Amino acid sequence: MRLLTSGMVMGFGSLAYAGQPENWQLNFQAAATPVMEDINAFHNLMLPIITAIVVLVFVLLAWVVIRYNRQSNPNPSRFSHNTTIEVIWTVVPILILVVISIPSLRLLYFQDRIPEADLTVKAIGYQWYWGYEYPDQNIAFDAIMLERDEAKKAGLPALLATDYAMVVPVNTNVKVLVTAQDVIHNWAMPAFGIKMDAVPGRLNETWFRAEKEGLYYGQCSELCGVRHAFMPIMVKVVSQDVYEQWAAAASEDIDQAKALLARLDADATPKLAANSK
Amino acid sequence: MTYTHAADHHDAHTPSGWRRWVYSTNHKDIGTMYLIFSIFAGLVGFAMSGLIRMELMYPGDGILGGDHHFYNVLVTAHGVLMIFFLVMPALIGGFGNWFVPLMIGAPDMAFPRMNNISFWLLPASLALLTLSLFVEGDGGPGHGGGWTLYAPLSTTGSPGPAMDLIILSLHIAGASSLLGAINFITTILNMRAPGMTLHKMPLFVWSMLVTAFLLLLAVPVLAGGITMLLTDRNFGTTFFNPAGGGDPVLYQHLFWFFGHPEVYIMILPAFGIVSQIVSTFSRKPVFGYLGMAYAMVAIGVVGFIVWAHHMYTVGLSVDTKAYFVVATMVIAVPTGVKVFSWIATMWGGSLEFKTPMLWSIGFIFLFTVGGVTGVVLANAGIDQSLHDTYYVVAHFHYVLSLGAVFGLFAGWYYWQGKMFGVQYSEFLGKLHFWVTFIGVNLVFFPQHFLGLAGMPRRYADYPDAFAGWNYVSSIGYLVTLAGVVIFFWMLVDSFSRKRLAADNPWGEGANTLEWTLSSPPPFHQFNELPKVK
Repeated sequence: MRLLTSGMVMGFGSLAYAGQPENWQLNFQAAATPVMEDINAFHNLMLPIITAIVVLVFVLLAWVVIRYNRQSNPNPSRFSHNTTIEVIWTVVPILILVVISIPSLRLLYFQDRIPEADLTVKAIGYQWYWGYEYPDQNIAFDAIMLERDEAKKAGLPALLATDYAMVVPVNTNVKVLVTAQDVIHNWAMPAFGIKMDAVPGRLNETWFRAEKEGLYYGQCSELCGVRHAFMPIMVKVVSQDVYEQWAAAASEDIDQAKALLARLDADATPKLAANSK
Repeated sequence: MTYTHAADHHDAHTPSGWRRWVYSTNHKDIGTMYLIFSIFAGLVGFAMSGLIRMELMYPGDGILGGDHHFYNVLVTAHGVLMIFFLVMPALIGGFGNWFVPLMIGAPDMAFPRMNNISFWLLPASLALLTLSLFVEGDGGPGHGGGWTLYAPLSTTGSPGPAMDLIILSLHIAGASSLLGAINFITTILNMRAPGMTLHKMPLFVWSMLVTAFLLLLAVPVLAGGITMLLTDRNFGTTFFNPAGGGDPVLYQHLFWFFGHPEVYIMILPAFGIVSQIVSTFSRKPVFGYLGMAYAMVAIGVVGFIVWAHHMYTVGLSVDTKAYFVVATMVIAVPTGVKVFSWIATMWGGSLEFKTPMLWSIGFIFLFTVGGVTGVVLANAGIDQSLHDTYYVVAHFHYVLSLGAVFGLFAGWYYWQGKMFGVQYSEFLGKLHFWVTFIGVNLVFFPQHFLGLAGMPRRYADYPDAFAGWNYVSSIGYLVTLAGVVIFFWMLVDSFSRKRLAADNPWGEGANTLEWTLSSPPPFHQFNELPKVK
């Protein structure tokens, strides 16, 4: 079996944190935004509840199989009603659902309420790549997936990395406007807890506030044709200072901005490497 | 098949040869044709899932040689085949036709000729679907836009005629379902034997009644939606095209208004079958019969007002999402009543673990697993992470592939002797169960992990990080394949050894009317209506 070279993130020039899946992963990717932290917390509430229900059903089934098989219980009883137990197994699930629905709705409204945005980025889905526009910064570029060999050369994860990253500052409220040109796509970023359909003729809004610098990866999440699996999303979260330098360069020339980022990363690498494990 | 002539010696209308089948107006023969048809379609759909799993065994190009369009076509056709040509024909057309008249003490279905056309529309529909695989679609032969046929990928995104053929195929399959539904409703409401009140009907008949009403109300909405696709594609309308004032999301509302009841259409008959079997092999009446019947009615009703939980990421307003969260979670309550009532039916019983009972207990457990992940997905907040990932794939295969299909096999083993007069081998039936149980769990349980890690569904290739669990899932397919081989071995064994089935092989627990007849039943039964006390 091929093994993953997890965490090996270079080329974009640093050993910085990477928000991406790992082989044999069992749970969500680590949260990088408040929304994803809440989704995680909600899942941590749900998982014990659903596990308990499955275990309860399994134990009950095992019990009837052991206790009430034909050898142990040759003469079946004939009862077919018990009002008390029927009321219990109707009311208790309702109570469980109420317990679930309160944090669920709180989470839903938290995701939906877009705070005052410091930066707006428009993501446009095309067959089969994403275009990004920063309307207030006069930046616009397309992000095309790196093929497996290109990704390998760049030291980035295959099928997740793109040629240009969407760059945003850390600890900033970013509003993302999502739409599409041809068919429906979906702009998804697991570590941010975001998944928003890009629908032609509609402008959907979502938001995130990334709290940790690094590279984050997502993938198109609505079937959009032949190369649906090959239009990933790469977001680079950097410091405010680096972002401003990048934005200034990117409004002129996106390639220069990319080179600038690589240079800044290279300068920062020793410091980051010393800080990280 | 031979029929005992003792019961119908005065009946000269027994056709023979091809006329018996092609012109058939006999509910049992039509049921048999439905079953054979669905086994064929199911095998093709299963083979397609094999190609899918083999392609996904390792990252990079696999068995399909990098033909990603063909991969999408396989995913699409697998879904359509399994839903419209395996589960529905087998559970409704097959077992429904066979056992609704027998269980209510009726001589046949209400409209026998309509029953014939209901069946024969299906091969025509399948032929159109098959044709679509060989003509231009969206970038190659066949349409690769998923069984949901979302616009605009299915309109402007798929210029070739493949999509038109799929639309026509679904129209015909829909007409077949509608005619069948009308037939079942009329039969059940009008042709019950004297004394068989609605509240004495076996739960399988109840499940078919509710299913038929769901079909009657849901299928026309699908027909409308795909007709709008057709006119958008060919006649210049813009229902789903924003350039002309339309909206792609409108299609999703129409589709899921059909699509969500559709999932209950697939699972309710399995509920009915499991209820019969659990009661039979526990030698106990069903616990909470009325609760069980009305839980199905409640599931059917609520199933019509939860459709947008398939659309949490399209950009619905937050209050809309909040409503659909709450409404969706309500379904867990009647579903829970059913699961607990099955267990309570077994409680205090005298359980015998014949093959149908194993499949039924397996059904209850695995359906519960699929049910609880459904409760997770009902929450729009967390669905923002899980939507369109393998978590969803795992969820709906647990309730359908491991739910409806387990119900299907349970019913097959329960009734094979009754339908064909030959009993299966317990050894092979149990082997089939255990191999399948292990196989499908290996296929689908790891997909929960893939989904949580973020792997999107309908992906022809994936980052290396998803390699591990995909490999396990593909190995699970091979185990399941062994299970399918055992099923056919069991069939060959049954029909070649001709172990004759008793009229009632299950003993006192089997007390519905089909067990009062010979195995197989006479060509025409209940010439004199039975009286139900």
